[in-house]
Amino acid sequence: MTHFINLTLNGLATGAAYAALALSLVIIYQATRLVNFAQPALALVAVYTAYTVTGITGSYWLGFAAALTAGLVAGAAVERFVIRPIARVSQLNAIIVTLGLLLVVQGLVGMVWGNEQHGFRYAFSYVGRFAPSSVFALVSVGAVALLLFALYRFTPLGLRMRAAAFHPEAARLSGVRVGLMLTAGWAIASCIGALAGMLAGPPFISPNVFDVVFVYGITAAVIGGLDNPFGAVVGGLLIGLGMSYVSGYAGPELATLTALAIVVVVLSVRPDGILSRPTARKV
Amino acid sequence: MSSPTGKSAERATGPGAHAAGSPDTPRGRSRRTLPSPLRHLLFAALGLAAVTGLLLVTGDLTALRLAAVGYTMLAVAGLQLLVGGSGQVSLGHGAFMMIGAYTMTLLVLHQPMLPIAANLLIIVAVSAVAGIAVGAATARLHGPYLAGATLILAVGLPGLTHRYHEFLGGSNGLNIRTAGAPPFLQGVFTDSEWKALVVWTTVVIGLAVLATISSGRLGRRMRSLRDDETAAAMAGVPVGKTKVVAFVIASAAGGLGGGLQAYVLGTATPSSFTLVLSLTLLAALVFGGIGSLWGALWAAVTVVYLQIWATDLARSLELGRNVENNLPVVFFGIVLILVLRFWPLGLHGALTRLGARLRPPTTR
Repeated sequence: MTHFINLTLNGLATGAAYAALALSLVIIYQATRLVNFAQPALALVAVYTAYTVTGITGSYWLGFAAALTAGLVAGAAVERFVIRPIARVSQLNAIIVTLGLLLVVQGLVGMVWGNEQHGFRYAFSYVGRFAPSSVFALVSVGAVALLLFALYRFTPLGLRMRAAAFHPEAARLSGVRVGLMLTAGWAIASCIGALAGMLAGPPFISPNVFDVVFVYGITAAVIGGLDNPFGAVVGGLLIGLGMSYVSGYAGPELATLTALAIVVVVLSVRPDGILSRPTARKV
Repeated sequence: MSSPTGKSAERATGPGAHAAGSPDTPRGRSRRTLPSPLRHLLFAALGLAAVTGLLLVTGDLTALRLAAVGYTMLAVAGLQLLVGGSGQVSLGHGAFMMIGAYTMTLLVLHQPMLPIAANLLIIVAVSAVAGIAVGAATARLHGPYLAGATLILAVGLPGLTHRYHEFLGGSNGLNIRTAGAPPFLQGVFTDSEWKALVVWTTVVIGLAVLATISSGRLGRRMRSLRDDETAAAMAGVPVGKTKVVAFVIASAAGGLGGGLQAYVLGTATPSSFTLVLSLTLLAALVFGGIGSLWGALWAAVTVVYLQIWATDLARSLELGRNVENNLPVVFFGIVLILVLRFWPLGLHGALTRLGARLRPPTTR
């Protein structure tokens, strides 16, 4: 029984990181209809920035702030200079370009910091059942989800962003700077992605550290429904729990294939994710 | 180099896939009088002859590289049929290469007496069965959902080698020794050249099959699905079945490519079938040009030679180990982004446009 409780608590804590990554994917998907495969690369930049800043200043929280800033800037830059010129032409090409970006950034990080592992601190102590670092993961992701909800629901910026995503032409006619809104969406998403990286990175970081995290993140986004931020959070926690149970009871090698099975089963029943609403279409 | 093979492919997919130039030149029409499988086999034979000639005048190292181009090309061509043909984006093609490679090593280890042709046929069967399983499970998924599911497959499958450590060899993988040139050809071909020849024989046959499928009814049905699923269903195209069939054919081609890779390199390890491989295959396809099998050729040449050049470059500049290990990937990524930025149809699209511009305007 204690084993089960431990697995549940662990699953929730790791699930928080998956939820954050899924959230960042969903924001970008909502804004640009694009699955951003470069998301782990942006998180990687953020985490290595934190590693360097913490190494120089000795303060974890300065590094944390630097990571979020780096994520924000990197996301905006990528949207403006890489994605926008290409997304105009073809959807598939834009996806492939994010893949290219992933390869480039992983390689560059390997060039600068080396392919070997570096030790990376947790925010708080991670010892014991439901350690402070796990609480921090859950609380921070919950806070981000609420802030995001408030942003979309109550602020003019959020309204403009929704308008730009929902109907770019009409939004442009009513004076919304659609391009700027897309850049803002990418910046916010990458900032949340950076948070996911800070939660999922420890105890060791290497250029490939987020591959598996990203897989679970995209799983969470897909089963939650790519169009639904709350679905992403629920999906992230579910995947965290599921993977924790599978690793604990059946063996960690089977975790990824279980994720595949979950995706296939969930999507066979609900092709647009758990929290999707059925779409009506006029014929 | 092996342009005739590619040319057959181009004839096959050219008109339907993208609006390239004018396919109805008199030359093209006279070729079209041959039935399509025969025409593709003819071009396959020409391609094989060209590769054989190339092998005879170059050395062992080039033979191995040519073999790498061959099996990569076959895998990418399968993906071309799936992504460019039926419009399903798969990020898990490397998983099928892995299935093929492990099938090959297991067959050589446990059934050493089987001839290579039998091994390859078994590989096609095994990876087709795997393709049926995955394709049937994912037939209802579309767009980014399918991409996500196949991505998980690519990451998850190598984990099985750790789970079944005794049988699949864990992270060290499985090593085999494959036979070289048969005794009566010992003086003509070295072992590497013989292997490259076996690879290319299989590859041109595989490409001929793919080109025939692509130019036939099945290919037309796939393209109709890609363009508009609802309209295709209204016109009587069985949507689910066609999707699964496309997936199975792509899996078989990928598996065969992986099997040939294991045959040439003599090894199958989980670390050679990472997510990066799957992503590279898809990226290379779009880079080469998604609309035609020609794209697969450019893609394979680029993947193999860019890697070699970048490694040589890093070594000659003496930039240190970190840079040297990562330069090929970075180089590939940058070239990929630039090509897609300036030539959205990939290298083949750029070449077609160049060709159309050079052609005298009277033939239009």
